Amino acid sequence: MKPKIRRRDIAAAFAVGAGLALAAGGGAAQTMTMAVGAPVTSLDPHYHQLSPNNAIADTIFDRLINTDATSRSIPGLATEWRAIEPTVWEFRLRPNVRFHNGNAFTAEDVAFTLQRLPNVPNSPSSFAAYSRPISRIEIVDPLTIRLHTHQPYPLLPLDMTNVRIVDKETAENATTADFNEVRAAQGTGPYRVISHRNGDRIELERNDTYWGERAPFQRVSYRMITNDAARTAALLAGDVEFIDQVPTTDLAKLRGDNRVRLSETLGLRLIFLGLDHLRGPDENSPFITDSNGQPLGRNPLRDVRVRRALSMAIDRNAIVSRIMEGAAAPAGQFLPEGVFGHVPGLGAPAFDPDGARRLLAEAGYPQGFRIQLNSPNDRYVNDSRIAQAIGQMWTRIGVRTAVEAQPWTTFIGRAGRQEYSTFLIGWGSNPDGSHPLRNVIATVSRERGWGASNRGRYSNPQVDRLLEQSLSEMDEAKRERLIVEAMRIAMEDVAVIPLHIQTNIWAMRRHLEHTPRNDELTRAQDVRPAAR
Amino acid sequence: MTVYLLRRLMQALLVVLAMSVIVFVGVYAIGDPVEILISPDADQIERERAVRALGLDRPLWEQYVVFLGNALRGDLGNSFVFNEPALKLILQRMPATLELAFGAMFLAIIIGLPLGLYAGLRPNSPVSKTIMAGSILGFSLPTFWVGLMLIMVFAVQLGWLPSTGRGDTASLFGLHWSFLTLDGLSHMAMPALNLALFKISLVIRLTRAGVRETMLMDYVKFARAKGLSPARVTFVHVFKNILIPVVTVVGLELGSTIAFSVVTESVFAWPGMGKLIIDSINVLDRPVIVAYLIIIVLMFITINLIVDVTYSLLDPRVRLESKGT
Repeated sequence: MKPKIRRRDIAAAFAVGAGLALAAGGGAAQTMTMAVGAPVTSLDPHYHQLSPNNAIADTIFDRLINTDATSRSIPGLATEWRAIEPTVWEFRLRPNVRFHNGNAFTAEDVAFTLQRLPNVPNSPSSFAAYSRPISRIEIVDPLTIRLHTHQPYPLLPLDMTNVRIVDKETAENATTADFNEVRAAQGTGPYRVISHRNGDRIELERNDTYWGERAPFQRVSYRMITNDAARTAALLAGDVEFIDQVPTTDLAKLRGDNRVRLSETLGLRLIFLGLDHLRGPDENSPFITDSNGQPLGRNPLRDVRVRRALSMAIDRNAIVSRIMEGAAAPAGQFLPEGVFGHVPGLGAPAFDPDGARRLLAEAGYPQGFRIQLNSPNDRYVNDSRIAQAIGQMWTRIGVRTAVEAQPWTTFIGRAGRQEYSTFLIGWGSNPDGSHPLRNVIATVSRERGWGASNRGRYSNPQVDRLLEQSLSEMDEAKRERLIVEAMRIAMEDVAVIPLHIQTNIWAMRRHLEHTPRNDELTRAQDVRPAAR
Repeated sequence: MTVYLLRRLMQALLVVLAMSVIVFVGVYAIGDPVEILISPDADQIERERAVRALGLDRPLWEQYVVFLGNALRGDLGNSFVFNEPALKLILQRMPATLELAFGAMFLAIIIGLPLGLYAGLRPNSPVSKTIMAGSILGFSLPTFWVGLMLIMVFAVQLGWLPSTGRGDTASLFGLHWSFLTLDGLSHMAMPALNLALFKISLVIRLTRAGVRETMLMDYVKFARAKGLSPARVTFVHVFKNILIPVVTVVGLELGSTIAFSVVTESVFAWPGMGKLIIDSINVLDRPVIVAYLIIIVLMFITINLIVDVTYSLLDPRVRLESKGT
């Protein structure tokens, strides 16, 4: 015990000596150190549409419409917004807001930001889609802006929750590199950047002139530790005070550790099984054979009874409690309760192996068949272990299942080329039912921009029609009814087999508190000293 | 000597060329970087734009020709992920890796040589047997596990050392170095030791074997018979002769430590090149992978060259001209 104390004192003395008086002696937590699991690739908020980038961008910049912890829209740089005509949205902007460099925020900055979205060179995943519906930008006065759209477009406010506003004067001639080198990273957010070391750490300082609630820490050190075990160890050792993406294997230990507090909330990411809808009822699916390994001559997955049987054969509660350590909720649809587009009363399908066998027999497969379930092994929490469990559950109802897990890099390309019969994958939704419907369920169409992630090639004209109507319905209540109806039809038709919605988990030292977000973003402003 | 060097250079170029072709074909075969980098909710138009922006819409051979043309002008391309020159990204991270690798080699030599020497001179003492048993552990324990154990014991349980990261750095030649600050050194201690463990064992075993063999040589017997002091026999006559295999192995190990300290770097969140390359492979960031491997190939060739030159200094019988195959 003794040497430990002495060494600590020495270390503290060194820290002070090295000019880190802030960290060691500044009293009530002046510098907060946090570690995230996924690296930020750029400080340019419009360069790469990626969660870690969006999280840090949210700390430095603001959006016209911010979102609260449950992803509901709240006023950001816009104080109010409404559609004054079906094709014109008007935003009233917040007065007296200044960027970190002192420039005043006006409608010019909004217009510039929207024009910049499609013009960020070499972006591997741009934000251009959010400015595409806009036909004209009209600046009414410095604090009022109107966005004209090509067609009635109810989703414009939702789109604006994805766009961080930059300072026109700073960003006009700035490149992505200028943002990364901090010069151009001038936002209106609660923290400003002091320094950025690519893939390692970002140092932040409180913005004392923030228009909203003042950030609790003078400085924040935002580090990236990608290795799960190392991140947990850094928290336990006290090198960092806050971590995200807590591995489920460490949950039990952390729950029992009184130096540590967890913060959790049900997220928006559904883990589900994609099914081959591309091959016709009389075609062979790539990895399905009869029980002797001979070609089947038909695609059983095109029979809704088979799809339902496969879904009923899965014991979701067992997966959640044994594999996910409780860090998920069994699901029967994309969105959790309380989110726009959640289908009321549609729970997770009940575990019923006998019923599943009966359904299979009814569909003409009393002997079952053989199938291969493909899965990534480095993408989602416990992905390949979940696939293995499902393989066993399916085998129990007579569908002999082989499981093949691959790295995401290989897996995703093959899934996108429809090379699999069934595959485990996830989808993180925006808080609006149209988002999963349009991307994962709708019939693939380049012109409409639909079904880009519909890797099973599900197609249902009825769902498409309802979605189409919803996309130009300006009345929110009517729009929700259309979306709920479309989602209900798709889920009853087992377009995909939903498994569970993940819980997002953060861990911190006892002296901190955190507001968990369902959109998975780890933001410095959500952490504060614990109330005594 | 000049001919020898020229021939080495030609070899290097050929290896680099072959390697770049392999990486291009390899990455192409694994998958599509755009699929991995793009936001899942991007529509088809956005996907096509990204493919064009990264130059992946052109046939593979054309992409390769463009790459070669740029490479000749010293431009190895921009990272798909960071949109910054791949070379710059790697060079930014190089100091972190270099100081860790040299730190580990330093530990390996100052710990390994004396222990090996002792074990060789007194092969039957219990201390020597303990050293040799310990070296077996050093060989066989996986670095990943040892790294985590070090963190658990010294950072989490005892709280003596920081668990991860680089700590404070100081500037030298415009680059950031950890070994110049106390805080940086304390951050370096565990990862360097973790990397060094295998090498310490290697150096112990090589030194011991060398000493045991050399002690029986006629010239050692003669030196003793001449009445030279045991210290002079050991440190001049024996020591110089056992160094050749040690130098070779240390040289090659240094290369592989710099190139492949991936595991240690990710366990200790050490922001070096190893972490960059593994992250780049995970997202198929081809320009970074190619640039990294080019640097590594060149580095190995340079190290081999230095090792060969050192040979000829240690042992006048070795001539460089005869060795260039």
